[in-house]
Order: sequence, then structure tokens, then C-alpha cells
Amino acid sequence: MYRYDQFDQQLVDERVTEFSGQVARRLSGELAEDDFKPLRLMNGVYLQLHSYMLRIAIPYGTLSSRQVRKLAEIERVYDKGYGHFTTRQNLQLHWPALKDVPAILRELASVEMHCIQTSGNCIRNTTSDHHAGAVPGELEDPRVICEIIRQWSTFHPEFSYLPRKFKIAVSATEHDRAAIRIHDIGVQVVTNAAGEIGYEVWVGGGLGRTPIIGKKVGDFVPREDLLAFLESILRVYNMFGRRDNSYKARIKILVHEIGVEDMRRQVEAEFAEVKARGALQLPDDEVARIQKYFAAPAWENLSDDVPEIDAAVAKDKGFGEWMRNNVSTHKMPGYSIVNVSLKPIGLTPGDCSADQMDVLADIADKYAFSEIRVAHEQNLCLAHVRKRDLYEVYQALNASELATPNIGLITDQIACPGLDYCNLANARSIVIAQRLSERFSDIEFQKKIGRLHVNMSGCINACGHHHVGHIGILGVDKKGVEYYQVTLGGAADETAAVGDIVGPAFTEGEIIDAIDTIVETYLGLRQDGEIFIDTYRRVGVQPFKDKLYATH
Amino acid sequence: MAQHSRKGAQFQAVTANRLTDGIVVYLTAANEWSVSLQDADVAEGKEAAEALLARGQKFYVPDTLVVDIYLFEVEKTDSGIRASSVREIIRQAGPTVRTDLGKQAEIDGVHA
Repeated sequence: MYRYDQFDQQLVDERVTEFSGQVARRLSGELAEDDFKPLRLMNGVYLQLHSYMLRIAIPYGTLSSRQVRKLAEIERVYDKGYGHFTTRQNLQLHWPALKDVPAILRELASVEMHCIQTSGNCIRNTTSDHHAGAVPGELEDPRVICEIIRQWSTFHPEFSYLPRKFKIAVSATEHDRAAIRIHDIGVQVVTNAAGEIGYEVWVGGGLGRTPIIGKKVGDFVPREDLLAFLESILRVYNMFGRRDNSYKARIKILVHEIGVEDMRRQVEAEFAEVKARGALQLPDDEVARIQKYFAAPAWENLSDDVPEIDAAVAKDKGFGEWMRNNVSTHKMPGYSIVNVSLKPIGLTPGDCSADQMDVLADIADKYAFSEIRVAHEQNLCLAHVRKRDLYEVYQALNASELATPNIGLITDQIACPGLDYCNLANARSIVIAQRLSERFSDIEFQKKIGRLHVNMSGCINACGHHHVGHIGILGVDKKGVEYYQVTLGGAADETAAVGDIVGPAFTEGEIIDAIDTIVETYLGLRQDGEIFIDTYRRVGVQPFKDKLYATH
Repeated sequence: MAQHSRKGAQFQAVTANRLTDGIVVYLTAANEWSVSLQDADVAEGKEAAEALLARGQKFYVPDTLVVDIYLFEVEKTDSGIRASSVREIIRQAGPTVRTDLGKQAEIDGVHA
């Protein structure tokens, strides 16, 4: 994985020193809150309901075991012994004291981590496929281009005060695990007829109060031109994006208002200018230098046939379920991708304790080339595990409640922190996720239902990606009381779609039964081989509406 | 200024977050900031509430004690002062999904 060079380290160290001074001046009263707030936000420090919150950047969701151990240590020393992985592949600490933040940042810098650009109207952490470098059919490791984007966008002077925040995601396989079409810019790695690598560029996707699926503005941008092309999009946005109304300030609104054809024309005109200057042309040797950091680990020559694992599956039912649901195909024979569920039945989606992190770091060192990935679905991943080690890995994970066999099933829900922690939330989301998880805890029933993504957010800002859940749940506030609105038919992958609102919102007491009714309606309607989203796309919203509101 | 009260609310108190660690605090009758809602000064009616908020803002000076000061609605019950909205009940007590954390784990009677 990528290691900081002297410039990266110097940049981060200097920022820690600068922000430490700003915190000291705030605590002494020299800086007023209004002056300090934008500075703390630039360093990932939010004020939430019970405390401050620190958002730690995890570039494209890749962590080393060393970094994971440091995060665990920080959680123990400065927080309450756990952290929360987010849909942006970052980690949030819910309880840091402002006075401790400089020390936390110094600890993070010691393992090449920081909180820079995790807030504010700038280019945020570039996210990617958690199966990068391991999955069959990948054209190149998408993290190479993510790292190049990270370097280009870090402290980019022209893009530090955009109209609004800006998120980029990169996918390198046909099946999109990075949800690129709901990002401000989505980059899809493709090849042309000559077999050369290039990039399809989508722009103007996003969720929040105006959910929109991105539109394609670049069909094949050659590798050397990618940064010039991205810079051109950002320039058009910086010039024409609205600054008068924060609800209309995202690039999706600009694209929607001027139309994709006009957007394309403007980007191409800007691109011609940027390209003519040549300053942003990516040199091959620089790409090659970054590629080396993401070179495949030293895989062994192994057989894909591992009889002892087959025997363990036959003997241990729990292991069999885990193998079926949590283990994905690796591109190398004899290896597997292990998806680590952070969705134990009845607990908080995405939460991971310091003890669990230490266990994961140990497992990664022993079995997975010391690397741990974060998935945007708030799970973790060990990308390269020898098949013959799978039973040992399962047992080690299972001993720490990290082997719930539910990846992609109804209990593998995305949920934002919601009103239990968040200052913006209108309703709780975690508690609904927990009750739903308990209602559907029977693994046989989950298997019968099949793949089903339930996403929930505690407010319209949609950190829980509710619009693109097969079933989406949005918490709303009606005169101080929590209600839950349901959408159906959303998708975050290459078939991305915004879900349809099914009807009036449900009370906290009604919502779990409502989801149950939706699931039962689907089971009654589905045809052979269909999963929920297939059935929904075939029959539409009406049968669900009829069932849900007939009983109310 | 955040709006977390209701027009026509009968009883209101003033809350903020402590600057150094973000912990939720309430303005008391002695013009101090307490971590317990049970110590809060409660104003009845609009005018008294506005005066209470002004007092809170006065103690905002010298700007090193608390941040994000606002009024919110409370109820007076036999067992003590209770926040009216789910949001303020959660701020007062801690996350409903981690009852081992927050004031609910540290202060007796916080769920009055």
C-alpha cells in the first residue's frame, strides 16, 4: 500500500502543528468560536450532540495493521474504546475532547494518517472498491488513480473553497462496489478497442435532499489526461456552481439546471485549455511509481482445491454459512476475499471496538498481508486470504463477534449514527437497524429472502444512503416525534436508481412491521431466481403500497 | 442560533456544550453551567425565557466556557425536569443504543 514520502509527512506534520496552535488559542479565548469553527472543520472536528466528533480519513478505505492498532490505541486512550466506520470509508470517533485533538492528530500522523479534508467545501476522501487488487475482472487497481487524485486534491488552492463539498469515487470492475454514480464525480476504469486503459467519467450524482444519479460526461479519458479532465470539471463547478443557496450548491444541481449536454460542452472547452497548458499531464514514470505501491502481494502458487476446507464446511454449519455469505472469489487460485461483517445481530452497524481492531490487526498480520479494507457498506475486508487458512480466520473472527454470516443480506444494513449522536439528525437510525436485525435474525429466513440492501438515514442529508437502498428508511421529525419514511427500488451499483417513496411515514412502533410486510409481499410475488430488486423492478411500487396501507 | 424550542413552549431551559470537551451543560440559577439538567434554571413564558437566554449568552463571555447556547423546551414533572423532545432527551442522557455511555451512565436520576 501507499507510504508517505517526505512531502506527505511534512505536509501532515505542519498541519498538526498549525491546528495545535489554533486549538490552544481557542481554549485561551484568543480565538472566538466563529473564527475557530471553520478551522476545526477543516481538521475533521465537528460538534455533535454529546461531544465533539473526529472524522479520520482512510484514503480509499485501505489500512495497514499498524494503522489499525494505532486507531485502537487512540480509541482507548482518548475516546470510549470504539469507533464508527462510515459510508465514506472513514472512521469517526464519537467522544474526543477538543483539548485532546492535537495529541490525537500527532498520534495519527505517526502512522501516516490525518483528518484533513474530511469536512468543509473541498474535495473529500476519494473512495473505492474494497475488493481492489483482489477481485477477478478488474482492469487495474483503482487505488492507483485514487492515490493520484488524493495527491492532486490535497490542499489544492483553487478547490479549497468550492460552493459545497465534493466527493469522488473510483471503480475498476463492471460490477460497481464503490457506488460511483451517486458521487459528485464517478470514475469507471475502462479499456478502448486498442486495449488501452482509460476512464469513463460520471458527474453530478449525489443523495441528500435532491437525490440524482450521475450523468456520463467523459466516455474515454486517457490516463495521462485524467487529472486535467477532473480539474476541468471542478473549474466549471467552481465558476457556475451556486453559492447563494447551500441546498442548491452541489454540482448535481448545476448539471441538472444546465443539462448534461451543456455540462459536457463546458467541461470539454475547459479541458482543451487545461490540456493546452500541459501542466496536468500525468507522466508515465509517476504513474509507475504509484503503481509500485499497489503491486500485488507475494502470492503463492496454490491449488484452488482445498479438501480440508470442504471438510470443515461439512462439519461446522456456522463456518458453512460464513463461507457462503462472507467469502468472495479472489482472482488468484487458492486465495479468497474475506468480508468482515460489522453488523452483528442487534448491535450498531459500522461500530468496531478497540479490542476488535486489535484482533483484526493480528489476523491481518498472520493471514492477510497486514492489510485491512473498509467497505462503504460499513464492513471491513481482508482482501487476500489463503483458502487453506479460511477456517482459522473464521474461528478468530468469530471469537470476537466479527463473523456474522450476513454480507449482502437483510441484516447487513447501512445506518448513519442518527439522532443518537448526530447534531443534524431528526430521528434515530441505529435503533431501527437493531430492531430490524433482531426481527430478521434467523439465518434461514435471511437466506430465503436473498440479497436485500436496507439503508437508513436519520435525516435528509442521507449519510445512510437511504435513497439507494433496495429498501430505504428515512427518519423524519414531526413535532418532536420520530417518523420513518420508506423508499423502495433504490440501487447503488451499476444499475443505480433512486428509490420511490412508498407513501406516508410510519411511527417508530410501526416501521419494523412495515418492513416485514414489504418482505412478505416480495416473497409472495417473486419469480424463480429473483432477488428483491428484480421483483420490485418487475412489479413496481403498487403491490407494496396496497399491502402496507391496507392494514393501516 | 439553533432553534430547538417550540413556539408557545411554557417552560424552557438554556443548554450549551462545554468548549474543552463538548459535554452537554445547562445554565443554573447561580449562573453556572451544570452537567445535570436537574440543576437547570427553568424559565416560564416567552419573556422569562428570553431573559434566561440573554443570561446564558452573558456567561458566554469570555468565550472560553461553552459553545452553541440555545433555549429548549422542558417539562416539570414530579420526579424532576424533563426535556420535551427526543433530541434533548438524548442529549441529556446519552445514546439510547449505548446506555453504558453518556450522562445516563455517570449521573443518577438523569432520566427524570
